[in-house]
Amino acid sequence: MNAAIADQALMLAGILFVLGLISVLIRRNIIFMLISVEIMLNAAGLAFIAAGARWGQPDGQVMFVFILTMAAAEVSVGLALILQIYHQLKTLDSDAADKMHG
Amino acid sequence: MILMILILVLLFGGIAAGFSGRMNTMLPRWISVGAIAINLFISLWMAAQPNTNSSPWLLQLKLNWIPSFGISFHLALDGISLLMIILTFFLGIIAVAISWNEIHFRVGFFHFNLLWVLAGITGVFLTMDLFLFYFFWEVMLIPMYFLIGIWGHENRQYAAYKFFIFTQASGLLMLMSIIALYFVHGQATDQYTFNYFDLLGTSMNKQTAQWIMLGFLAAFVVKLPVIPFHTWLPDAHTEAPTAGSLILAGLLLKTGAYGLIRFILPLFPEQSAAIAPVAMALGVTGIVYGAVQAYGQTDLKRLIAYSSVSHMGFVMLGVFALTEIALQGVVMQMITHGISTGALFIIAGLLYERIRTRDVTQMGGFWKSIPVASVITLIFAMASLGLPGLGNFVAEFLTLIGSWSANKTMTLIATIGIVFATAYSLRIMQKVFLGKSRLEHHQSLADLTARERLILLPLVIVIILLGVHPQPAIDLAKDGLQKTLNREFQAPKEPKIINPNYQTLTVPATEKGVHHE
Amino acid sequence: MKDFLWLIPTLPFLGACILIISGNANLPRRAVSIVGCGSVGAAAILTIVIMIDFLTTGQIPEYTVIVNWFSVDNLSVPIALHLDTLSLVFVFVITFVGFLIHVYSIEFMHHDESFARFFAYLNLFVSAMLMLVLADSLILMYLGWEGVGLCSYLLIGFWYEEEKNGYAARKAFIITRIGDTALAVGLFMLFAELGTLRIQDILTLAPQQWATGSTTPVTICLLLLGGAVGKSAQFPLQTWLPDAMAGPSPVSALIHAATMVTAGVYLIARMNGLYVLAPQAQLWVGIVGAITLLIAGCSALTQYDLKRVLAYSTISQIGYMFLALGIGAWSSAVFHFMIHAFFKALLFLAAGAVIMALHHEHDMFKMGGLRKQMPAVFATFLIGSASLAALPLISAGFYSKDQIIWLSFASQQSNIWFFLAAVVGAFITAIYTFRMVFLTFYGEAKTSVSHMPGNLITQPLVILAVLALFAGFIELPHTFGHVTLFSDLFSTTLPPVTLRPNVESHEWIIQTSTGLLTLVGIAMAYYFYVIQPKIADDIHASTIETHRFWYAGWRFDSLYDAIIVKPILFFARVNKHDFIDKLYSALVELSEMMSALFSRSQNGILRWYIMGIVAGAVIIITFTLIITP
Repeated sequence: MNAAIADQALMLAGILFVLGLISVLIRRNIIFMLISVEIMLNAAGLAFIAAGARWGQPDGQVMFVFILTMAAAEVSVGLALILQIYHQLKTLDSDAADKMHG
Repeated sequence: MILMILILVLLFGGIAAGFSGRMNTMLPRWISVGAIAINLFISLWMAAQPNTNSSPWLLQLKLNWIPSFGISFHLALDGISLLMIILTFFLGIIAVAISWNEIHFRVGFFHFNLLWVLAGITGVFLTMDLFLFYFFWEVMLIPMYFLIGIWGHENRQYAAYKFFIFTQASGLLMLMSIIALYFVHGQATDQYTFNYFDLLGTSMNKQTAQWIMLGFLAAFVVKLPVIPFHTWLPDAHTEAPTAGSLILAGLLLKTGAYGLIRFILPLFPEQSAAIAPVAMALGVTGIVYGAVQAYGQTDLKRLIAYSSVSHMGFVMLGVFALTEIALQGVVMQMITHGISTGALFIIAGLLYERIRTRDVTQMGGFWKSIPVASVITLIFAMASLGLPGLGNFVAEFLTLIGSWSANKTMTLIATIGIVFATAYSLRIMQKVFLGKSRLEHHQSLADLTARERLILLPLVIVIILLGVHPQPAIDLAKDGLQKTLNREFQAPKEPKIINPNYQTLTVPATEKGVHHE
Repeated sequence: MKDFLWLIPTLPFLGACILIISGNANLPRRAVSIVGCGSVGAAAILTIVIMIDFLTTGQIPEYTVIVNWFSVDNLSVPIALHLDTLSLVFVFVITFVGFLIHVYSIEFMHHDESFARFFAYLNLFVSAMLMLVLADSLILMYLGWEGVGLCSYLLIGFWYEEEKNGYAARKAFIITRIGDTALAVGLFMLFAELGTLRIQDILTLAPQQWATGSTTPVTICLLLLGGAVGKSAQFPLQTWLPDAMAGPSPVSALIHAATMVTAGVYLIARMNGLYVLAPQAQLWVGIVGAITLLIAGCSALTQYDLKRVLAYSTISQIGYMFLALGIGAWSSAVFHFMIHAFFKALLFLAAGAVIMALHHEHDMFKMGGLRKQMPAVFATFLIGSASLAALPLISAGFYSKDQIIWLSFASQQSNIWFFLAAVVGAFITAIYTFRMVFLTFYGEAKTSVSHMPGNLITQPLVILAVLALFAGFIELPHTFGHVTLFSDLFSTTLPPVTLRPNVESHEWIIQTSTGLLTLVGIAMAYYFYVIQPKIADDIHASTIETHRFWYAGWRFDSLYDAIIVKPILFFARVNKHDFIDKLYSALVELSEMMSALFSRSQNGILRWYIMGIVAGAVIIITFTLIITP
């Protein structure tokens, strides 16, 4: 992979990341926030693969597999928490879950 | 090895007492009494041994602990520490005995804490390694926090926090100084060690020495306490259970005084001379301020607590007078104050058990119903105002006469402070025991039980004994104090004898080393 | 006999120990009386034996080192006793008068439930007082000095259930302690300067060390005077003694008349060598004495309470002793001390008998006519009063006081003011003494007598009355008799008085005129209080302000209250919660405030936190980009 394609791929990853980030910030529904976090993770994965391909190293793909497993684990924990929140609060609004204020 | 046994007996005794508390509530009490009694016996036995060494150190024990950092388990005993540990164990037994009926819940844990505080105090009085010293300094602090916080009176949480924060903050300053001293000494000699004897005479520039000393001083003056760092004391003493107040007043404050004598003076001779006027002024302020404050209190335990502030002012005055007579006075003051104030706290505790209040405005005219307690209180009130014939007089007199040559103005004010001491001591008598009886008709006040008499009687005997025959204690502390003042061992100065009639009647020299408390 | 010297203070001490340890309930009254009186009686007998031994063999100073008390560095304090003629006179008065008062107390205190406690305190007092006068070092003397203070406290507050007795006791203790502070500082100075606190050493060393009139001995002597002033209730620390009358009458007789309050006289007489080196300080002793004898005399004129009259007269008579010390008439001061102990103890004991007979009535204006009802008490009281008023020729008080008045005229160290004070004081003494006699024993009876004193009360009175009449004959003036048995005792212990040149011819003039003045005073009292009581009322009405002023003891109490006691109490009360603690509380509040501030940001809204993370990341990245080009 030459440098130009790699740049474009990284740019795409950056755009995806920012989209995810913005969506985390503006969404109040926790499920959407979780999905947005997934998008950010995938953006990071994409950046790893692009960088790995650019230098011809396997590390990028190793990291992506790593991120995938981690994301899977995270989603399961995250969903469990969301279920609990829903049970407790009868809502998925993240602003309603402000019981931890100082 | 004996020295280590002293500490281990207390530590393991504490653990045993803590566990046995689950089985039986009497077992921890007996285990504690037994452990402390063994120690008391050992230390009295040591005091009875004649000192054959040429140095003031009677016993030493040095084991490697963390050699790579120059930390050793180094214990040593001289006359001053011996006096202090005898006092520790003596008051320790009394502390256990006085809580016999007072503590009803978590008895095992209570005695665990009690014995660990005593272990910490013993360690502080014995260690000659600064790292270990700091370790024991903390060991003594945390169980005390629990003693106040769990078994104290109404406002115990607040008092326990306050006590902890004051002592811990000042202790950390001391830790900084210890580490600084470690590096300064290491860089100068390339020998990194926490050993007290090696650190003596470390050469450093004045500025550094000044700062390092202030760190040590912070820990000791807060513990003592010296004005304006005294405000933890009235709260802690007032809220602690009787045994806690006894140990706080009788022993914990003494670790501050001991630190001044053992560390500040020998490690920083020039700097201590330099700050002497300020230190003495603080001490004297404490004497007067504490006494006036004591007079203004209505809570009996608080009153006694402020009297401690006043008495500890004499320690500050005497230590920084830097004369042997004054230092002897300080050592006597440490012992006699421990006993007299401890006894007053015990009496306050006994009154509280009976009438459920510490407010003197609700007391009065108790002499008729509890004559024995009244006479004993009278004795200790008199001790506290410095009546000759009781131990405190010897202490205060020596402190003052020794300080006179060092600083006349300060001594003068301190002497006037004794008038205030008279005022608050007599106030105790007046408010609690004299006047018309304030008891309601249905109320009755039982005089001391056999157990309580057995507790107070030794205190009375010791305070009188120290008043009429303080020489054994003085002889015991003498070598250590002369060393402190950096005087090499010299033949004691002959007392001036002018009148020819006296020569046939020279006082028989007391045999050195035969000491009984 | 000197080997038994140590027994003299020890015996009463043992008595006290037995009585304290056995407690209130365990001993029958008879046993308590035997222990209490027996121990002091034995000490008195021992004293008399030693005295006879002393007088016949003429042995001079004796020392008995008992044990080492403590010694540190170059300060060595043995418990050692020193007996010379000065202490001998004091020991004699303490044990002998003390014994009589103990005997008197058996009957006086018989119905009191704290009988044993009373004797325990009394015995303790006697032993402490003996320690004071026998001590060889100033520290041991200080032990006795404070010990008698303690006993005085305990005995003034003996009837503790009355709240004001406790306060009177406390006042006495604290005020004497103020004087003791001066004394203590004096000891520090002496030790710093001379390196010893043994009295005989000090007296030997001082003249070698200091020139006459140099600052150090003057300062030390003034400090010692401070101690003496407190203990002996002299101006300006005299205010505690009238209140001390709250104690039982035997206590007033023993402690607040005969012995303890004269400790100051003993101290100054004992340290005579120092005062010789410090003439300025000695002058102050005289000034204190002169002022005190006048102000206390005036106050005595206006009192209603029988015991308060006696208290003020005690202050005044001790003023005479101080005056005598101040003019260098050392042995006259001691002589007056001894005679005063006899007649004042007598007066207090007789007053006690009167008060007991009248249901604890203290007010003289409610008494009267007791002359016929209590003849024995009247006779002895009259003798005591004659001695106090210095009735010429027949009373012992005349000889002792006349000597002081004469020397205040003739002594080299005296001046005209001292002489005038002494003469005016004598005149006032005559008036108030006989005012007291006439009010109590003449006129009509106002309160009925309920209880006639028994033998144990009258016999000590008679013995003291005999002494108050005849003890004066051991020292007669030059003008007639010229007996100097008493002053000869002090030929080695006390310096002689130096007279001004060519004054001896005036002696009889002064004697006659002061004698006449006394008679005039008695006559005036008779006229005002027996013949024309109205005039007394008129005078009283016209001088009501002065009367009140004197009655309140020249308002010293109010003065001290206003300038010393009140400010300190005010501070103590206002500052009950310790302003220093407020500093630390402020620190705590500051951190709590900060904590409240920062915990606002912890609002629990998830997106807010994410925003924080993003903002932080943006800031960090921006900075990194700016810093690394």
